[in-house]
Amino acid sequence: MLASSPRLRATLLRVAQSIPVVIGVVIISFLLTRALPGDPAVYFAGVAADTVSIEQTRVAMGLDKPLVQQFFIYVGNLLQGDLGQSLSSGRSVAADLAKRLPASLELTLSALILAIVIAVPLGVLAATRPGTWVDHLCRVVVTAGVSLPTFFTGILLIYIFYYLLGIAPSPLGRLDFIYLDPDHVTGFYLIDAALMGDWETWRGAAKQLILPATTLALFTLAPIARMTRAAMLTALSSDFIRTARAAGLSNRTILYRYAFRNALLPVVTTLGMVFSFALGANVLVEKVFAWPGIGSYAVEALVVSDYAAVQGFVLAMALLFVALNLVIDLLYTAIDPRIGFSSK
Amino acid sequence: MTEVSHEPAPKTRGNFDHVLYVLRANPVTLIAFGMFALLIFSAVFGPSLVPYDPLATKAANALQPPSATHWFGTDNVGRDVFSRVIVATRLDLSISVAAVALSFVVGSILGCIAGYWGGWPDIILNRFLDTIMAFPLFVLAMGIVAALGNTIENIIYATAIINMPFYARLVRAEVNIRRDAGFARAAKLAGNSDIRVLAMHIFPNALPPMMVQVSLNLGWAILNAAGLSFIGLGVSPPTAEWGIMVAEGANFIVSGEWWLAVFPGLWLMIAVFTFNLLGDGLRDIVDPRKRT
Amino acid sequence: MSMMLSVKDLAVSFQTRRGEVDAVRGISFEVAKGEILGIVGESGSGKSVTSYALMRILDAGGVIKAGEAIYSGIDLRRAAERDMRDIRGREISMIFQNPRAALNPIRKVGHQIEDVLRHHARATRYDARAKAIAALEAVKIKDAEARYDAYPFELSGGMCQRIVCAIALACDPRLLIADEPTTGLDITTQKAVMDLVRDLIREREMSSILITHDLGLAAQYCDRILVMKDGVIVEQGDPVQIFSDPQHPYSRKLVDATPRAGETVRSLLPPQERGEDLTPTVSAQPILEVHDLTKTYTGKSGPVHAVKGISFTINQGQCVGLVGESGCGKSTTSEILVRLMDAISGQIIFDGHDIARVPARSFAKDSRRADIQMVFQDATDSLNPRHTARQTISEPLRRLAQMRGAKLAVRIEELAVLVGLPLPLLDRFPHQLSGGQKARVGIARAIALDPKFLILDEPTAALDVSIQAVVLNLLVDLRAKLGLSYLFVSHDLHVVRLLCDHVIVMKDGEIVEQGAAEQVMSNPQSDYTKALLAAAPKPPQRRNIS
Repeated sequence: MLASSPRLRATLLRVAQSIPVVIGVVIISFLLTRALPGDPAVYFAGVAADTVSIEQTRVAMGLDKPLVQQFFIYVGNLLQGDLGQSLSSGRSVAADLAKRLPASLELTLSALILAIVIAVPLGVLAATRPGTWVDHLCRVVVTAGVSLPTFFTGILLIYIFYYLLGIAPSPLGRLDFIYLDPDHVTGFYLIDAALMGDWETWRGAAKQLILPATTLALFTLAPIARMTRAAMLTALSSDFIRTARAAGLSNRTILYRYAFRNALLPVVTTLGMVFSFALGANVLVEKVFAWPGIGSYAVEALVVSDYAAVQGFVLAMALLFVALNLVIDLLYTAIDPRIGFSSK
Repeated sequence: MTEVSHEPAPKTRGNFDHVLYVLRANPVTLIAFGMFALLIFSAVFGPSLVPYDPLATKAANALQPPSATHWFGTDNVGRDVFSRVIVATRLDLSISVAAVALSFVVGSILGCIAGYWGGWPDIILNRFLDTIMAFPLFVLAMGIVAALGNTIENIIYATAIINMPFYARLVRAEVNIRRDAGFARAAKLAGNSDIRVLAMHIFPNALPPMMVQVSLNLGWAILNAAGLSFIGLGVSPPTAEWGIMVAEGANFIVSGEWWLAVFPGLWLMIAVFTFNLLGDGLRDIVDPRKRT
Repeated sequence: MSMMLSVKDLAVSFQTRRGEVDAVRGISFEVAKGEILGIVGESGSGKSVTSYALMRILDAGGVIKAGEAIYSGIDLRRAAERDMRDIRGREISMIFQNPRAALNPIRKVGHQIEDVLRHHARATRYDARAKAIAALEAVKIKDAEARYDAYPFELSGGMCQRIVCAIALACDPRLLIADEPTTGLDITTQKAVMDLVRDLIREREMSSILITHDLGLAAQYCDRILVMKDGVIVEQGDPVQIFSDPQHPYSRKLVDATPRAGETVRSLLPPQERGEDLTPTVSAQPILEVHDLTKTYTGKSGPVHAVKGISFTINQGQCVGLVGESGCGKSTTSEILVRLMDAISGQIIFDGHDIARVPARSFAKDSRRADIQMVFQDATDSLNPRHTARQTISEPLRRLAQMRGAKLAVRIEELAVLVGLPLPLLDRFPHQLSGGQKARVGIARAIALDPKFLILDEPTAALDVSIQAVVLNLLVDLRAKLGLSYLFVSHDLHVVRLLCDHVIVMKDGEIVEQGAAEQVMSNPQSDYTKALLAAAPKPPQRRNIS
């Protein structure tokens, strides 16, 4: 316990560090809601509002009060889970987001798993076999991957696989209308259908998921592959690998127990950045494939100037991201024994 | 007493010679610079050289596939896709260059201050950057443009804000490494004030790694701007911009009229790809160690 | 008499961007059973490449072009990789410099030893831990069981080197190759590590190859020495033999250049390159007086007392040496004296005025800035990579003397001639200059403004010993010609003895002893100084002094 207490301290410190970040996020989200050019009440009342309802909105939202007081009301509402009302759906933004979140999560997580499963081995192979076709493939993937506009890739994939080849189903959402939504347990159709034993629906959901997940995965492949390759190359050229080789350890041991584990550290650090891109690209992919997640919710809200919904979306995404980063950093703390110590 | 140097003294190159040397040494760099030159040419001279007016509609000519008269075909209101794609280069490049320039300048200044003096400026900057980076960046850009208003200027500001942390962090780290280097201390002994040491000695040495970041950012900025336009922010029809053209073209791809979306998307990819390739070349030009 | 290792006509080359480079050009030598062979050479001599070739762990692009290396009947050059993996660690082991980097940073040291034991089938899952602890005890690590669970970052440099030795010796190899094992370590740690290695080798009746650039170190610990230059062996023999009567001009040059007791700075160089003997004028007037200098940092675990109230005086024309191991406070002291850092308290009387009162931040504008200058350690870092030599030297002249144009150019060339830098080199960048050339540029920059007082912070630490000889002679010449006073900071006692009139020994922020150099070196009063002197390698005395 004594040995791990600096690490415990570092862990607690990291959790504590999230707090000012959350506060900053809330402040910025608040400012975004109040930075609208002109009269915020007009925006929140809606396009069809007249002077009376604008006034009503102004009072109801407390927009006539001083800014600092508005902030505390805002925070108070947040703590109660109130993100405002959506103009288009009429329901609370929080309810809308909660309903649509599982769809986005299913998409993003499938894409990330797919990306990691391809990119990490690719990066490792490229680093261990420099100059071969694997290395060149990796470099092409990385350079092309960071250049691909996600929305364009999605459209291209639809054109090739749906229109030309007819393999993929029509890009109209999570499940073709011939299937019934599986019973809601997690909200993840793949898991829920499997839990029900309904393999027909499972296949239907999977078919719809493939193209959007691939699109998103293509986008996130590049930074992961690049970082894995770079980290492996650095690790392989380190002095401690030379010691291991001089001690006669087998190639497998050197590669996995020594090089790869050390290379994992910077890769884990990169994952935070990758998540940021993925959550952003999520919005674009959902629009292209009409995926009913929070990204397309936000895009639809933008079109109809439903500002409460947009701001709620931004805040929700940010908080989700802060949580994700916290998990990643804690994961890193668990893997790297040096955390919490000052090196001599 | 004098040391005899064993190699013949190499001809030290002037700046222009060095640029040529870098271009020759790496064919990828040469290709990248060539494509970059083409892009700049399209941006500057494109609008005056294109065969058709990018805004001229002609309903009778709508949805024509690529042909000899319309290289990239026509869109749903009869506009020539090729002309629109080329003209869009100017808008997209200006947005990304402006955004990156803004974030480079602001980020560098903040990073220099934090990296050199440390202490409170460093802590505050770190918290500030953490807060920006706490948002998924594209989402933050959406929020900023939605809040400030749907204009091109706001796209530039939003893109600059979300790119700024990369420069600030990079510069901070590079300055921090070199703050106590021998040559920085020697510069102080030579009578330079802290600011002069920072600006004239330390910061120029941070430039090579920043060049790679700049080129990557130019690519991202274009993708960002196009992405925002794709979801309806910033650019409004009938302006020619790659993102919005892909958005409009997306509706037609399911019915087989691929050219409306594919050509602008392809050009977008080529532009971003060029900037990414440019990074290493730019760094080699700026890095004195690559001079032979 | 069977040889442990017999190398014949070994040649190694590398494929680089500039074509093929021959690192080793046909060398032959033997290592007898129980013998410690030293391979000595400067950078680029091919000594490390030889050892990497023997172990077959050359970098990509390196290939053994010719020759053979017979170990126990096996030709290491032609052995299959699987056989080599068997041999490495079990028959022939290797330890490297920079011990902390040589260990896997995220793996417990005990586990790293276990990996080797289990790979060579010297332990099973069940007894691996016990055997690993035994391996730690064999390298004289106290508290082996607790250390088993440690990570490299928790251990000191000397401790890490012991762990590296434990890994290398865990499977009882017959031959140990040690590639610069003490570079970067403090002198006392260096002695501890070398004594340990030598004791273990003798105990186990192993043979060893010690690769080093330090001829004195090799002479102290090796039975036989090979001298390498540019990929060939120029001389081999018994250390005393080589020191007293070197046959080859290069080995003579190396022997001359190795600083040791009883020699002078001039004798570091070959006779034809020596300048005339100069006697610098040392006056009784002080140029720098330090009273009660104190500096404390706030570290991560409380305050760090880097300098604890030290006092000393430097007279005009004197060369005072400041000696100590890492962490003693000598670098902090020199930074404060040159006014790059502020002390907490204390006075620095320079030329009659207390310059400690001027804060470091504003000293750049002070009228005395030009009078106190510094020559920095690590020449690569001390020159701006973006500036040519000319720009580097002109910087102080531009800033403080406001020189421009023709006047500036003339002065720069004057300085280049003074430090022996060929004029065409002025337009080169630091990465195009050799170590010695960079050192000259740093010196030219420091003396550009005709300072009265120079602080030299380990100016020759990174240089090859023959280049060091040249630079030290240059420093002696400049001191006499320009009437400078020096504070020479170093960890190398022999160099300090050669160069300095007066020496100050520091430990843990305090001065433990100071006095005339000869006096302190030959008759040390404090225990610490005695320990330092005992730890420094003592090269054999030469019988023929020309």
